[in-house]
Amino acid sequence: MLDPASGSSDAVAAVSGVGSLAWLLLALPAFGATVLLLGGRRTDKWGHLLGCATVIASFAYGVALFFDTIGQTGERTSELHLFDWVPVNALNVEFGLRLDPLSLTFVLLITGVGSLIHIYSIGYMAHEAGRRKFFAYLNLFVAAMLLLVLGNGFVTLYFGWEGVGLASYLLIGWYQHKPEAASAAKKAFLMNRVGDLGLAIGIFILFKELGTTQYTEVFARVGELSAAEVTAVTLLLLLGACGKSGQFPLQAWLPDAMAGPTPVSALIHAATMVTAGVYLIARANPIYNASADGRLVVMIIGAVTLIIGCIIGCAYDDFKKVLAYSTVSQIGYMILAVGLGPVGYALGIMHLLTHGFFKAGLFLGAGSVMHGMNDEGNIRRMGGLWRKMPITFVTWTLGYLALIGFPFLSGYFSKDAIIAAAFSEPGWRGWVFGGAAALGAAITAFYMTRLLFLVFLGKPRWEDLKSEDGREYHPHESGLTMTVPMILLAVGSVGAGAFLSSGNTLANWLSPSLGALQEQHGVLDHTVVNFLVLGLSALGVLVAWLFFGRRPQPVERPQRVSFVVRAARNDLYGNALNEALFARPGTWLTRALVFVDNKGVDGLVNGSAALLGGSSGRLRRLQTGFVRSYALSMLLGAIFVLGALLMVRFS
Amino acid sequence: MTPTYYLLLSALLFSLGAVGVLVRRNAIVVFMCIELMLNAVNLSLVTFARINGGLGGQVMAFFVMVVAAAEVVVGLTIIMAIFKTRRSASVDDSNLLKY
Amino acid sequence: MSWTLIALLVLPLVGSVVVAFLRGDDRTAKLVALAFALAELVLAVLAWVAYDPSGDRLQLTSSAEWIPAFGIHLSFGVDGIALVMIALIAFLVPVVIGGSWADKLPEGRSAGGFFALLLAMQTGMIGVFAATDVFLFYVFFEAVLVPMYFLIGRFGGPNRQYAAMKFFLYSLLGGLIMLASVIGVYVAARDKLGSGTFDWATLVTVTRDLPLSTQIWLFLGFFIAFAIKAPLVPLHTWLPDAGAEAPVGAGVLLVGILDKIGTFGFLRYCLPLFPLASQELAPLVLVLAVAGILYGSLLAVGQTDMKRFVAYTSIAHFGFIALGIFAFSSQAGAGAVLYMVNHGISTGMLFLVVGMVMARGGSRLIQDYGGMAKLTPVLGGLFFVAGLSSLALPGTNSFVSEFLVLIGSYPNQPVFTILAAIGMVLAALYVLWLYQRVFQGPVRGTALVDAVGGPGAALDPERANVPDLNKRELAVLAPLVALILVLGFYPQPVLDVITPSVGATLSEVGVTDPVAQEGK
Repeated sequence: MLDPASGSSDAVAAVSGVGSLAWLLLALPAFGATVLLLGGRRTDKWGHLLGCATVIASFAYGVALFFDTIGQTGERTSELHLFDWVPVNALNVEFGLRLDPLSLTFVLLITGVGSLIHIYSIGYMAHEAGRRKFFAYLNLFVAAMLLLVLGNGFVTLYFGWEGVGLASYLLIGWYQHKPEAASAAKKAFLMNRVGDLGLAIGIFILFKELGTTQYTEVFARVGELSAAEVTAVTLLLLLGACGKSGQFPLQAWLPDAMAGPTPVSALIHAATMVTAGVYLIARANPIYNASADGRLVVMIIGAVTLIIGCIIGCAYDDFKKVLAYSTVSQIGYMILAVGLGPVGYALGIMHLLTHGFFKAGLFLGAGSVMHGMNDEGNIRRMGGLWRKMPITFVTWTLGYLALIGFPFLSGYFSKDAIIAAAFSEPGWRGWVFGGAAALGAAITAFYMTRLLFLVFLGKPRWEDLKSEDGREYHPHESGLTMTVPMILLAVGSVGAGAFLSSGNTLANWLSPSLGALQEQHGVLDHTVVNFLVLGLSALGVLVAWLFFGRRPQPVERPQRVSFVVRAARNDLYGNALNEALFARPGTWLTRALVFVDNKGVDGLVNGSAALLGGSSGRLRRLQTGFVRSYALSMLLGAIFVLGALLMVRFS
Repeated sequence: MTPTYYLLLSALLFSLGAVGVLVRRNAIVVFMCIELMLNAVNLSLVTFARINGGLGGQVMAFFVMVVAAAEVVVGLTIIMAIFKTRRSASVDDSNLLKY
Repeated sequence: MSWTLIALLVLPLVGSVVVAFLRGDDRTAKLVALAFALAELVLAVLAWVAYDPSGDRLQLTSSAEWIPAFGIHLSFGVDGIALVMIALIAFLVPVVIGGSWADKLPEGRSAGGFFALLLAMQTGMIGVFAATDVFLFYVFFEAVLVPMYFLIGRFGGPNRQYAAMKFFLYSLLGGLIMLASVIGVYVAARDKLGSGTFDWATLVTVTRDLPLSTQIWLFLGFFIAFAIKAPLVPLHTWLPDAGAEAPVGAGVLLVGILDKIGTFGFLRYCLPLFPLASQELAPLVLVLAVAGILYGSLLAVGQTDMKRFVAYTSIAHFGFIALGIFAFSSQAGAGAVLYMVNHGISTGMLFLVVGMVMARGGSRLIQDYGGMAKLTPVLGGLFFVAGLSSLALPGTNSFVSEFLVLIGSYPNQPVFTILAAIGMVLAALYVLWLYQRVFQGPVRGTALVDAVGGPGAALDPERANVPDLNKRELAVLAPLVALILVLGFYPQPVLDVITPSVGATLSEVGVTDPVAQEGK
């Protein structure tokens, strides 16, 4: 068992200086959302500007806070108590913020990428009638996400956790007229709630055993939990993480979530919200350190998910859905990394950051392409777009290269580090997890190259086609508000990895929160892994070129395909499984219960009433209205009474 | 004296009255039969008073007569009223008070 | 002798009589009714201020002899639990009056009669929570049935006679069974003290020493009455009918307040009077509670009628409240009481917005609507807020209470808690599915399509005959939304009032918190 209290725990200073206003981080976007929602149409003209301004202001404040914290020595961890949220005797849920390297890193990611995407949305959503509402929801999301990462206890985390779920629900269902958007939004919220259930029960266990839900006290006293309890908590938190981060077996909602507008996919379903699961596990590292079994399950989930995501990503023809499965798979890498424990926490966070840059960039590029193509998402109807939209092409390609791990771009540093760390596990684990991660890298290279060929290279297949609404395609480069964020994110995709990993900058910075980054040497050496992954990725690119680059592609998707492709096109039957296991039995159960309630339970009530009423109805018939028959019954009654009296007398 | 004959007469009168109430339809006749029953009871009351030598039975008989007289007033009025509205004195025709 | 509660009781009654005489003039009747309700709210605020959370068990007490032969008193008093409920009543009645302002009443009925009944019911409801004499409690318990019976039976939907009769008979049955137990505790007190009494505080000291078997019988008498009121499965079937047929305003009070008499009864009568029986029978109640959560949620999913839907969600929520009460921890208990308040607010709002939807489409059936958010975005948004509160999203009031109930129940009852927590997922399902069917997607459904004037007209906002919320409706919903958010972020003022009383109740039962307080 590892030292449970590594890193973050004891002696948390109260906030002073710049940090004492940290609530502004949350309050600014929350204020923006409130004004935009309450203001209604009056804010139509300037609503989007307010939305951007609040997030940019948060970002600026976050940067100031960041440099202030760098200037500090020692633990660099402090807490800001705002008010007692739910105080009942032994339970005291504080509403407080925890400022430490981990949360500040996320603050910068969320507000930074968030700002860029807010700006991008000005252009992307320019034609939408309710644009201010969109910005209100985006602001709401940023506020909730900041609460998620800044909260100083599991309950505040849960607050943010469900808050981002709400924002995600609202934004996925943005296109109100599309029924599938509403269904996707509902599905996302429901599957998230299943995960939240795990998180909630985990919190209950912590309260029962430790009497608190605040990070500081929980982490300091992890040692008091029994082994079984620790494992239970780790698994339950993992369930929460699976829901939010689209991990196996709760991955099915994320691709459907692409029904939302593209900036949403970039911000929420690629860069920030879906990585909350990774944050949760990294944040709860003292608990995970205490349970090797728990971490093993985390690793298994991560490895399974990254493979599933890759495979399905190869088969889809929808631009954004391929990227969505790519996100699923990349988060699988992060989960695998944090499952590795102290050798991986920082690596997971590093990949999370670089992924935030390049995946957001890839999504924005996709959005730019779709924006220029009458909102067409089918990559088989694209091709050769690099001539028409050069900036999008270049920035997208940089993101693509970063993702497949092209040497010295971001992904090369962050992803390869994870694969190397996976191979450094001892024994069979090293081979299994390292192997899965390396295989994933190869498939990633394959499906991303496929996208590149089908969308930007090759022959333009859209020239003879019309979009669904009957218009011809006139692909064009997007405006400045859209290209500038893409360029900035491309810069991040190129440079972030090198910057964060040189001299272990990020790992050292995060060590007060996550503990020092440890190294271990397992089945394969780092250098060997490095070349192995490069070779595999190159192989993936080559195969993709053989299939998709060499010869022209058909517009219709091929129907005669192997079993594997068909399975992948059906999400490896994940949705069918959900349908068969939960949805259909649930529908039947509901119908049966409604029947039972109406006919059975209520039937009993109405039945007893009917019985009473019916028998009274029978008895009523005795009242004939004929005086003489009443007289007869009186007579008979009198005779009967007399007879009875006589019987008693003479017996 | 033997009370048997008086009591037998009383029982006979009572039975006549009861049968009359049960079988006759004309309200007036039914009414008369009720009077017959009342008077049969009066007869037995007086008989028992005579046997026991008390005044209770005789007083009771007077009570019954007074009540019967009052009843005749009310009853005949009702019968008259019914006859006026329905043109019938049959008790079976006025059977509205039923289920 | 404190006159606050007496004033609280008398004021609406006077208002009721005054309004009843104004039946000719609807507008004046409404204004007078609203004025009385607002004055009552002010009084309730005064009562809240006068109450000292760290003070005696019962405060603001007053007492007078009523039937000395049986030791019956007209005595009133509140603890924190009753106080928050009285505050909720005083808050909801003006909201309901505002919400029913423009109701279409059935032929031949006047607004004056309607509002007079509402105010009369207010007196009855406050009496139930304020009575500290068990017999007086019983009288109020039955008395509130009368105005509600007329509200449903005279002003309700097409099937109102059936629903009103069912509601009345069900409650009366429970009440009579309770009467047997009320007499039982009187007899027990007479045997022990020499002279019988119905005084609650005295009875508590008597009945807790009764042998277990006696306690169980007496407990069951009270419990059945409260389980019908609350309603717990399987005694719930009157609620969907009554809720669906009641006029919206009466429905809010029915589900928001009247049903809480049951859960309040658990806390005030079942637990302190019969501590042994409560502990003995707790597993049974917990089974009913959890069954209610899951059963009510699943049935809510399957409903086709919006008002019945709200009624079934309430059945699920009452399961949570019962779970919190019988899990015997101060967190769960405080959560349950807070849940009683929050449920009144959020389900009240849900009822009101459903009523507003119906006022526009004229149908209760979900399938007659669709894509309504396009026509009435503000109504859609507020419906969604009410839904979020119903599914206990953090930041709304219900989250705090549901979280407290679950986290407080877990240490004692892990299995029941986990089963109950599944209700969280189902709550998301039924709320979001309803919202999707009624508000999302393209404009559809016969009620709406007829209202906008044919299928094509839906896209033309000028021709749309479905107006968004007017100022009155906004003014009715705004305080509810404000409370939902305020209690979601800062429930402490309410919790401070509730917690000591719940603690006192639990110590009367003789249980201690499973998770002990450290430090303080």
